[in-house]
Amino acid sequence: MSTNIDHLKEEHHHQPSGLMRWITTTNHKDIGSLYLWFSLLMFFIGGFMALIIRAELFQPGLQFVIPGFFNQMTTMHALIMIFGALMPAFVGLANWQLPMMIGAPDMALPRLNNWSFWILPFAFTMLLSTLFFQSGGPAAGWTLYPPLSLQGGNSMPFVIFSLHLLGASSILGAINVIATILNMRAPGMTLMKMPIFVWTWLITAFLLIASMPVLAGAITMLLTDRFYGTSFFTAAGGGDPVLFQHIFWFFGHPEVYILILPAFGIVSTIIPAFARKKLFGYDSMVYATASIALLSFIVWAHHMFTVGMPLAGEIFFMFTTMLIAVPTGVKVFNWVATMWKGSMTFETPMLFSLAFIILFTIGGFSGLMLAITPADFQYHDTYFVVAHFHYVLVPGAVFAVIAAVYYWLPKWTGKMYNETLGKVHFWMTTVFVNITFFPMHFVGLAGMPRRIPDYAVQFTDFNMIASVGAFGFGLSQLLFVYILLSTLKQPVTAADKSWEGAEGLEWTLPSPAPYHSFDTPPKVD
Amino acid sequence: MKSISIFLISILASLNAIADWEVNMPRGVTPTANAAYDLHMLIFYITVVIGIVVFGVMFYSIFHHRKSKGAKPASFHESTTVEIIWTVIPFVILIGMAIPATKTLIMMEDTRNSEITLKVTGYQWMWKYDYVEDNVSFFSKLDNKSNEARQLGSEIDVKKVDNYLLDVDNQVVLPTDTKVRILLTASDVIHAWWVPEITGKKDAIPGYINELWVDIKEPGVYRGQCTELCGKDHGFMPIVVRAVPKQEYTKWVSLNQKNRVAEKSE
Repeated sequence: MSTNIDHLKEEHHHQPSGLMRWITTTNHKDIGSLYLWFSLLMFFIGGFMALIIRAELFQPGLQFVIPGFFNQMTTMHALIMIFGALMPAFVGLANWQLPMMIGAPDMALPRLNNWSFWILPFAFTMLLSTLFFQSGGPAAGWTLYPPLSLQGGNSMPFVIFSLHLLGASSILGAINVIATILNMRAPGMTLMKMPIFVWTWLITAFLLIASMPVLAGAITMLLTDRFYGTSFFTAAGGGDPVLFQHIFWFFGHPEVYILILPAFGIVSTIIPAFARKKLFGYDSMVYATASIALLSFIVWAHHMFTVGMPLAGEIFFMFTTMLIAVPTGVKVFNWVATMWKGSMTFETPMLFSLAFIILFTIGGFSGLMLAITPADFQYHDTYFVVAHFHYVLVPGAVFAVIAAVYYWLPKWTGKMYNETLGKVHFWMTTVFVNITFFPMHFVGLAGMPRRIPDYAVQFTDFNMIASVGAFGFGLSQLLFVYILLSTLKQPVTAADKSWEGAEGLEWTLPSPAPYHSFDTPPKVD
Repeated sequence: MKSISIFLISILASLNAIADWEVNMPRGVTPTANAAYDLHMLIFYITVVIGIVVFGVMFYSIFHHRKSKGAKPASFHESTTVEIIWTVIPFVILIGMAIPATKTLIMMEDTRNSEITLKVTGYQWMWKYDYVEDNVSFFSKLDNKSNEARQLGSEIDVKKVDNYLLDVDNQVVLPTDTKVRILLTASDVIHAWWVPEITGKKDAIPGYINELWVDIKEPGVYRGQCTELCGKDHGFMPIVVRAVPKQEYTKWVSLNQKNRVAEKSE
């Protein structure tokens, strides 16, 4: 930190030092770092909850926790991982990278940027504090389906308020991203010349603005149902419990693409860099991303095929959901075509990106199976679904974040991580992630429902394997922290262009990148 | 140390004793469950073939187009023709999947011409069954042995409990070779009724009546569970269906109707 402060003095900035520097900062790099460290902390808190779940599920019978607490763990694990670990991680990456990639000095709205980060610690303190209430934390699942969520204890208004805060934070962040990308690009950088990561984030930001208010509406209606005598979702008062599910998933499906589109952008950046070959189809990648985003608004009810929709509705949502396979396929084919006849090397970011393509595609295959409505009647709410979304979110989204951190770490810090340790981290993570989540396909197909604290004995073997994998996965991430911390302790040695095949404006800056990325805009031709 | 080794040995022993490495969906005993199984396998095989092709190309590239083998990067990129080809081919494959899927779906949702109607109501945490035409009605909840064993700190070895967590006090009895319409609703929160070998699941929702139909072809005992999170004991409200030939079913109905009358007169 002291070097940074010296750096500041040189540039004649009058900023407080110590803690106040971080609280008052309006710098995109500082805020990016705050987001990323916060995300890492939440990743470990959410991971700890996952390990409580896996410890209980190691054997049939209840050994450690009562069912009510188990449900709190599944609910909180999901909320923390989605809103606390993944979304802030991508916003952190956007903060660090977008100004550098488009040749801007900072984000367009720096104070808004500060505010959108500093909402998060308050929101999560409130969310986590509910676990210490006498009536416990939320236990109705992260989807908060009424009427069950209306039965919850005192935690409910706190959870809803913290979700409101998180939504506000995301919307502010998204506004900032859009304002930055549309207004602050270097001269000559037309939209179709933007780096693909910038494109995916632009589209993601629109998804955020369109979907977060819908969640806010749904949970506000829950709140008034509980405390102000309305009956939006209670059948006894003439309301409709299924209405909530429709509104929730109208938010929820774009939300899962919010978690994966920036990941696509990262992989589309890293694969060409290490294949030393241009991305095969830049234009079609942009169009595919936009198509996925548009489709995400007309597929929501595939999360609720079993609620008893009319046949026409079931057929419509089956077809639209299957259609998503087309643009997603285009992406995968483009990545493979980019590698084809390249000159590949396999540094840690590339390894994580390659694993992303394979394992995310496996998650895509199970997604295609889930789209088939008559088969979904069997898969729905079983461990098959749990396997599916963990494949797209862990070796999908999480791997992309890790790959991005390894890839840009030398640019951010001017220091190179230990490549051997990075590779060890990769192999441990990849092996354990599969040991954890692959067996879940099997128990799911064999009939194990999700969100249960105890199971029939025929599911024992695969659950034991999954639990062993989960602990291995968790421990492997401690190595990640060690690698990060040991990298930060090194002297600055990294080259400006840290990777032979890397392209983009950020690599024209010195490593570490200056506090205000580009004081004068570069020329792009 | 000793306790750890005993623990490990007991795990190994249990692995052998209940070696049940079921990896796939069970085949069904009804036209609907079988259709779901067939679709599941069809889509699975299609994805396996796509996976082999795509990952095959990818791994070929990973092994051959690497810098350490002296590969020089080619410079080709952007090809509208190629992009159109790999948009159209998946689209055609999807149509091939959608046709059988839609046919199956239409078949599954057609509850007309059923012979008897079973109304299922979800409660926290048990099921109520009403045989609408036959005037039989009862509650069904987790069997006592499982219920004792499942408590935290019960010290009962759950592996020794028969059908642990999949046994109930009162089984649902249904006739074979009969189209049975099942109506689903709930009294408190949303539940879902699922017996994999008989039918896919459907939600039981307060204020709603959902429909399913089953036509069981083989007598036997089929087990399932609630599959929509319904509170703390969501994992402990199993479903057991005993399918019997029609005559036996008629006998069972008359016996239970009598009991019901007797209960009322008391």
